[in-house]
Amino acid sequence: MNASGGAGALQVEGLGKHFRSGGREVAALDEVSFRLREGCVTGLIGADGAGKTTLMRLAAALLLPDSGRLSVLGHDTRSAPLAVQSAVGYMPQHFGLYEDLTVQENLDLYAGLQGVAPSARPARYAELMRMTGLSPFTGRLAGKLSGGMKQKLGLACALLRAPRLLLLDEPTVGVDPVSRRELWQIVYRQVEREGMTVLLSTAYLDEAERCHDILLLHEGRLLGQGAPQAFSREVEGRSYLVRARQMNRRMLQARLAVLEGVLDTVIIGDDVRVVTASPRVALPQELDGEELDVRAVAPRFEDAFVARLAARRGGAGVAVAAFEQREAGGDGGPVIEVRKVRRMFGDFCAVKDVSFEVRRGEIFGLLGANGAGKTTLFRMLCGLLPVSAGEARVAGVDLRTARARARARIGYMAQKFSLYVDLSVGQNLEFFANAYSLPRKARRERVAWALENFELAGVTDTQARDLPLGFQQRLALAAALLHRPEILFLDEPTSGVDPIARREFWRRINALAESGVTVLVTTHFMEEAEYCDRLVIMAAGEILAQGTPTGIKAGQRSEALPQPTMEDAFIALIERHARSPEQAA
Amino acid sequence: MSAHMRLAAMVRKESLQILRDPSSLAIAFLMPLILLILFGYGVSLDAREVPVALVVEQPGAETERFVSGFGQSDYFVPKRFYSIQAAEQALRERRVQGIVWLRSNFADNVLDARGAPIGLTVDGVDANQARLLQGYVQAVWFRWLEAYARSRGVDLDVPVNLQQRIWFNPAVNSRNFLVPGLIGVIMTLIGALLTAMVVAREWERGTMEALMVTPIRIHEILLGKLIPYFVLGMGGMLLTVAVAEWIFHVPLQGSMWILLLASALFMGAALGMGLLISVVAKNQFVAGQVAIIVTFLPAFILSGFVFDLHSMPDAIRVITYIVPARYLVAIMQTEFLAGDVWMVVLPNLLALLIMALLFLALVRRKSHKHLE
Repeated sequence: MNASGGAGALQVEGLGKHFRSGGREVAALDEVSFRLREGCVTGLIGADGAGKTTLMRLAAALLLPDSGRLSVLGHDTRSAPLAVQSAVGYMPQHFGLYEDLTVQENLDLYAGLQGVAPSARPARYAELMRMTGLSPFTGRLAGKLSGGMKQKLGLACALLRAPRLLLLDEPTVGVDPVSRRELWQIVYRQVEREGMTVLLSTAYLDEAERCHDILLLHEGRLLGQGAPQAFSREVEGRSYLVRARQMNRRMLQARLAVLEGVLDTVIIGDDVRVVTASPRVALPQELDGEELDVRAVAPRFEDAFVARLAARRGGAGVAVAAFEQREAGGDGGPVIEVRKVRRMFGDFCAVKDVSFEVRRGEIFGLLGANGAGKTTLFRMLCGLLPVSAGEARVAGVDLRTARARARARIGYMAQKFSLYVDLSVGQNLEFFANAYSLPRKARRERVAWALENFELAGVTDTQARDLPLGFQQRLALAAALLHRPEILFLDEPTSGVDPIARREFWRRINALAESGVTVLVTTHFMEEAEYCDRLVIMAAGEILAQGTPTGIKAGQRSEALPQPTMEDAFIALIERHARSPEQAA
Repeated sequence: MSAHMRLAAMVRKESLQILRDPSSLAIAFLMPLILLILFGYGVSLDAREVPVALVVEQPGAETERFVSGFGQSDYFVPKRFYSIQAAEQALRERRVQGIVWLRSNFADNVLDARGAPIGLTVDGVDANQARLLQGYVQAVWFRWLEAYARSRGVDLDVPVNLQQRIWFNPAVNSRNFLVPGLIGVIMTLIGALLTAMVVAREWERGTMEALMVTPIRIHEILLGKLIPYFVLGMGGMLLTVAVAEWIFHVPLQGSMWILLLASALFMGAALGMGLLISVVAKNQFVAGQVAIIVTFLPAFILSGFVFDLHSMPDAIRVITYIVPARYLVAIMQTEFLAGDVWMVVLPNLLALLIMALLFLALVRRKSHKHLE
């Protein structure tokens, strides 16, 4: 390491940046100061809206600070932006590639722009292509690459000149776990071989543990800097896994969450993970006369993040109102039946002969990377896209013959929430109530219900655009439930929201499932798979595995991985799939 | 050295993108062809095959000879009526656009200076058409009269012996007048609309952000965009000129060099406007709308391409001075139809030069290498 005084790779002092939004000044960053550890990978961690991208752009001299200063490799971003831009490697979100140019042409362009001498190029290209595994694809248009390959090409373009500081803005978002792991390997190799300093932003908390150093950003403020272990140590002796014999895990979680001294509860497979407010808090050995199995476990970074946020907010979130119990309809058979469903787009088979069943009141997950076919499958089940072949029944209605009838019985919450951002909260709810053609009286009742149960009453007249992401998410969920659907479809419901908002959201979903609503959810967050009763793992339009989270993880247990996480299991499944004879042929 | 390398990389990238994007090639080469065909064949400001009612009250040898004069003309499709009432009815129903009425005393009064042996009624709804019709009928009448008088050995004694000469466009073919103006419209499309859209596309796809965090200078980004689109615009212009020359046979009286010089200066102004729009509008939809409203429509309406600048109200005519296409259209029409008339060409070239410098300087001033 060469952190010997002098000019650091990135030094930030009293940084402030404001934006105007809807006539209001919003502080994107407020009094942020830190110094990047050199020759390390520093993770910039925070939810959407925390200010990560703003900070990245400030460091790249794409934005100028309103107050404070940034010094990048000894250059001030305000007085010498060009020197900064000449010295750093930068990969923006969505990788900054020209999709109508080939892999090679993208490399040529960025090599030319970064002043890589033509004589030095062939060796550097060969090295980067070998490292990223893109050598066979140099003639392919960047737009025709998979998400993971685009990500690696974007990284290669940023590394052409081996910069001393590498800035990566959410490089792993929406990319499959295998590509994510490969990206981390490439980044680490750069750090070890070239002594590069890397600043990488991410909304995935599980990536924190892969970093040397962490900058924790929340709502424009720096909550802390340190090694991930340092964060975890703060909650040492406060993390437990709890299991009950009889009580179902959702009930158990709900009971544990309200105990005094409990900060956080999360469902992990068959267990409930609990973080307490201090090591002195003892969890009961027994609940409602039932014996509990309580095991102390090592803390994770996420525990520390939640604990810090909870301390700031004065509590880990609100209790969630229960939903009225729905009467069991039908014959108790499966609510969703999917048999050999296929969807073609031209010659391309997006979903290949997929079969599964979902029972009433179940939370069922579709887990896969972008491009795995989840969204296509999902749209077919919502009646938004006709099936090419196979049979699909939702709420007993055949989707091939009565899509409209099926739609009336489902609630759908789309990616990015699909709210009308120019309308107020009340107007959004009114609109959706009308769209579901609720009668006037029911309409008024349901809107009032939504405002009360989703804690939106205080913001009835606020434009949806000006709401924090967590509120938008609640509003979208409320809108999808106005017509009391039997089945709720959630497409990537928690992308980008902070961990506390995500927990709260899942508590509501759990309560809904307990009331008898069936929930189908897609996600690329591995940890969210743990909340599901059962799930399928999808890749390239096929189902690789199906079962309970515990069952799927157990299925991938091996000598090398005695305790696989969901991500380990996912990677093992994908790798086995890639080696299968059918794929090799 | 590395500045040269960066610029070369940018130009190469833009050129590859142009070649791969069917829509930019279509705007550069297909659009000019479509517009040329539309204006070359479809739109014409000439009167042609106008239905005209002929009312002959007392048919005779003289009247028949006159009537056959109408039949030979391309301008008219004569329709015979036997009473003025029926012809007026047809005019009201717009089945004919004019009535030529040969009264019963036609043969007697033909050479009488006092009488008015023929009557002409025209449909004035389309004023332009009406004036044309009037002129044409008069021309036919005089021609017939001359021939008639000669055949009788009588000296023609009419109060005014009109002798028309039309300069610069002897065939009075409106296509010859429209096609040169069209070149300005086409180059505006390529220079302003296409450029504004492609820069906006870079913002939308996030590639601009990646581009900016390289050692590239802002003027290199701008030049990297200007050069390929300049070439594309000149290509579109040359295609238009070639098609005008060889397919529509619009004569080019002046020098090709002046044509090229004027086009190059105009291209500078158009590209400047396009880039200026893209500084403001960072998504393709807005950029396209703005480009159409502030560049394409003025080039169409306020350039003198279709509508005569002198007959515009003063307030609007003042606006035309800031429309670069106005100066180009003036040069193009002069070069094609009249030749190198320096009195016209020089001031317009100067105006184009000023506009090009002005817009490009504005772009340079307004472009920054950051995102705000």
